[in-house]
Amino acid sequence: MKTVKILGPGCKRCGDTADMVQAEADRLGVAIDLKKVTDYADIAGYGVAATPGVVIDGKVVHAGGLPRPEDVAKWLAG
Amino acid sequence: MSVSAPPLARAQDAKWIAGAAAALALWIAVYRQLDPFAGWAASKLPLEPGSHLREAVRFFIYDAPKVMMLLTLVVFAMGVVRSFFSPQRTRALLAGRREGVGNVAAAILGVFTPFCSCSAVPLFVGFVSAGVPLGVTFSFLIAAPMINEVALGLLFGLLGWRIAAAYLVFGLAVAIVSGWIIGRMKLEHWLEPWVRAVRAAPSDLPDHSLTLADRLRAGLDAVRDIVGRVWPWILAGVGAGALIHGYAPAELLGEIMGRGAWWSVPAAVLIGVPMYSNAAGIIPVVEALLAKGAALGTVLAFMMSVIALSLPEMIILRNVLTPRLIAVFVGVVATGILAVGFLFNALF
Repeated sequence: MKTVKILGPGCKRCGDTADMVQAEADRLGVAIDLKKVTDYADIAGYGVAATPGVVIDGKVVHAGGLPRPEDVAKWLAG
Repeated sequence: MSVSAPPLARAQDAKWIAGAAAALALWIAVYRQLDPFAGWAASKLPLEPGSHLREAVRFFIYDAPKVMMLLTLVVFAMGVVRSFFSPQRTRALLAGRREGVGNVAAAILGVFTPFCSCSAVPLFVGFVSAGVPLGVTFSFLIAAPMINEVALGLLFGLLGWRIAAAYLVFGLAVAIVSGWIIGRMKLEHWLEPWVRAVRAAPSDLPDHSLTLADRLRAGLDAVRDIVGRVWPWILAGVGAGALIHGYAPAELLGEIMGRGAWWSVPAAVLIGVPMYSNAAGIIPVVEALLAKGAALGTVLAFMMSVIALSLPEMIILRNVLTPRLIAVFVGVVATGILAVGFLFNALF
């Protein structure tokens, strides 16, 4: 089980990113626990300056813009 | 050991370069045919020559395709350039930088760093907590939305490179000077308290290197995203411009917005600040106003205040700034824009 956090104040792209990660995890058959982090102070605490950010098992893997599906697959597999 | 790209990446690069070159050739070929085509289409209009409606329609069919094409080109180029920058890297470049040099660097980086207004708060907090001085952060935050690829692309397409360059240079000047002044005022205690409490761990994001194909793809993504989002605004803006072009009386506009009327600059800023439109909607209107005899400085001031300062942005920034600091921010930037407007009307 991987813990995935999507950092973002709730803009459209943050939602799109969350959907994309979930879809990719379903496709790969990887069990994930997906949480959205919307609190500005919490987001800042991860050290990212651009949203949406993606945190997997406590590690920031992406910040700013929609990630690419192949990257998402790599994060979930790794 | 020599480092060379793996064969697969090189093949990808070659494919993308060939594709980009072909697209550019096609772009040039189509662009060159726009004027003859618009002239032909206008001559076929079943409208009385010299009538208001015909003038408006003619303006629209000349301008709408031209603007869309130039915008696409500029957005693509900016998308590629921006793939070399990221907010995290910009922050690392600016952290601990002295005021002055820092303000200049921040404003310039603001033009090139990918920025979206929904990211404004994380970016602000991320910068300040990483030790970027408040005034330097403001220089970035003023330049980033004001000088964007849509504004530059449209100005270039509709009004020529001189005015686009003037907008760029004076926009940077406003961002640099306003940020520097805010920094000098030492207003850190006017940030919302939680912002000062954040101690951000620097992100340990791996800096993966992008291939050329990745960068060209970033350009294409930018076109899809930005042009796909703003095209209705552009059509609406060109449409409004066309109406002004066909119907608005030149004498009246010249009187209200011409060089003779000094009060038109503050009036333009006062109207522009609360107004919210993106560059796409406002610049075609601006072109039509200029053609009708409005003064360049007045129009530039209007454009900058609409794009740089807006109510939605202030509501977003209210999360991190106290109302007093927002007031200072708006006041300083509006004053800078006012100065640019007066300066332009005096010079040109």
